[in-house]
Amino acid sequence: NRKGVALLAVVATLKLATMAAAGGKPAVLLLRPVDAPFAAALRDRFRVLDLYAPGQALPALAFVAAAAAVPEPPRATVIWGGVRVDASFLDAAPSLRCVVSTAAGLDHIDLAECARRGVAVANSGEVYSTDVADYAVGLLLDVLRRVSASERYVRRGSWAAQGDYPLGSKLGGKRVGIIGLGNIGSRIAKRLEAFGCIIHYNSRKPKDSVSYKYFPNVHELAAESDVLVVACALNKATRHIVNKDVLEALGKDGVVVNIGRGANIDEAELVIALREGKIAGAGLDVFEHEPKVPAELFSMENVVLSRHVAVLTEESRSDLRAHTIGNLEAFFSGQPLLTPVHADSLAQ
Amino acid sequence: MEDTTPSADERPLVLLGQPLFPEFAAALAGRFRFVLVADADAATLAQGRALLIGLNPVTDDHLAALPALGLVAGISVGVNHVDLAACRRRGIAVTNAGAAFAVDTADYGVGLVVAVLRRLAAAEAHVRAGRWAADGDYPLTTKVSGKRVGIVGLGNIGSRIARRLAAFGCAVSYNSRSPKPSAPYEFVPAVRDLAAGSDVLVLSCALTEETRHVVNGEVMEALGKDGVLVNVGRGGLVDEPELVRCLQEGVIGGAGLDVFESEPDVPPELFSMDNVVLSAHRAVATPESIRGTIELVAANLDAFFAGKPLLSPVEL
Repeated sequence: NRKGVALLAVVATLKLATMAAAGGKPAVLLLRPVDAPFAAALRDRFRVLDLYAPGQALPALAFVAAAAAVPEPPRATVIWGGVRVDASFLDAAPSLRCVVSTAAGLDHIDLAECARRGVAVANSGEVYSTDVADYAVGLLLDVLRRVSASERYVRRGSWAAQGDYPLGSKLGGKRVGIIGLGNIGSRIAKRLEAFGCIIHYNSRKPKDSVSYKYFPNVHELAAESDVLVVACALNKATRHIVNKDVLEALGKDGVVVNIGRGANIDEAELVIALREGKIAGAGLDVFEHEPKVPAELFSMENVVLSRHVAVLTEESRSDLRAHTIGNLEAFFSGQPLLTPVHADSLAQ
Repeated sequence: MEDTTPSADERPLVLLGQPLFPEFAAALAGRFRFVLVADADAATLAQGRALLIGLNPVTDDHLAALPALGLVAGISVGVNHVDLAACRRRGIAVTNAGAAFAVDTADYGVGLVVAVLRRLAAAEAHVRAGRWAADGDYPLTTKVSGKRVGIVGLGNIGSRIARRLAAFGCAVSYNSRSPKPSAPYEFVPAVRDLAAGSDVLVLSCALTEETRHVVNGEVMEALGKDGVLVNVGRGGLVDEPELVRCLQEGVIGGAGLDVFESEPDVPPELFSMDNVVLSAHRAVATPESIRGTIELVAANLDAFFAGKPLLSPVEL
């Protein structure tokens, strides 16, 4: 009820003002949950206005507005993928001059709008790149060699009852087409080379520093690859970059691995392609409408599914903490951000 | 194309310990005359110089029945089911599948390492059970890159596992019967010490009397509560009841197992563990390498009958 919300807002503003008044540390608007070590590290250095503080009941935008109203309002904010940084967000907190995102992708930030307002944006840099690359290789091995499917087979007692599980397919010698040869894609390439894979790639521009074969568009890449790995950012140009035509070009022995964003692939067409045997299998860590997964995939043995976990290791969690604080400290001391993002230089 | 198939009489006689796998029969029937030992008459048994075996045991008694035998040709990498000492005594050479399966086994071994450390199979089961929307946070796993990997057995398979994991930035060390000077990894003389200095212990050695139960309780204690064991060698390399106990009690952190002591029986206690990845002895092959093995077996037989050096002899 409106009276209740209004009362909450007053209480929140008073609490925030108290928090903001403590010590001479700069205020940081914290808009994502953090674990205890991260919270402690932030509080050591900053006055933290914490959306997820125990007892804090305001919804996000209202909290942002309340934080913007305290004396010496926060000039920096720490966000994750669930926070949309667009015009209305920036309107709610005009004091913000720096957005530090802990997400792997940037599709939740209107970079052009930030640039127009002179708001600096820092991303998570290479904090996740190695773990995502490791996971992509694991997914590919799992799909080709049926690791998880064999697992299920053994666990339900079928090995003793029904004999051997069908063989998988060799990884070495396969042509792997990587969409996006940035921090993640290049690490995937390096790992798969050790397995004897042949690396092909598509990127906005060819990269002089690598000897892999470049393809100017994803359709041609798919036509000359046995595996397609999506490792690019999600933006207007890459939405549904893997579509029906690309899947057909990949062909009936082809495998797709997605550790980018669900919307990089036309999910409905992917399901059809799998159902009709137009491609041989898929390894998917991301989906268009998480946490919803197309139910049809659950009955397919040639598909490996996981719930957006490619970044989730202990090591990347602690690296992220150090990296985020590093960016905040750089900002507040007037130094260049560790990992600034510009509207026109999206990692790919 | 000229038909090079010899006429039935000219094909070399090769005795069979058990019926051929269909792929082998299809590819090789035109080049050799195969006769099952069980179906052979006395004259054929007395003449047979080459015996092509499968995965069934080959004992001294079997060999005694074939006085002209000079070669036991295996289709697998492991030959622990063959009485090698008896072969040596009788002057019989033994060939195995050499490196034909090494790549596939190495690939699968790495697949198991990633699957255990990153809990791939568990994540899969989670999604398929429809629990993503219902359950909130998902536990953090542990990074693969940079882990210290100890490989027991740096042969065809182990060396390929090493190369792949090195590309992940893992620090690789190994134990082997003797150090390999050309290998760029650290040699550790005792498996227990190798385990103590590793986050992941990978087994890729042959099963012999010396290596039976090479991974016992002591080695697993040394590997430690965050350590992971991956076995793509033979089930007998690990003291299996001890392994189950160590997993149950958290003495080690997890395991990826493609082989077991009494396949296809798997200790049922493992079915309820989500830090274990189980596999039905699939590391060994893909259709591509089965074709490679068939060619290798044929080449070994051809070399034997031509008096030329064997391609993949096993050291007896």
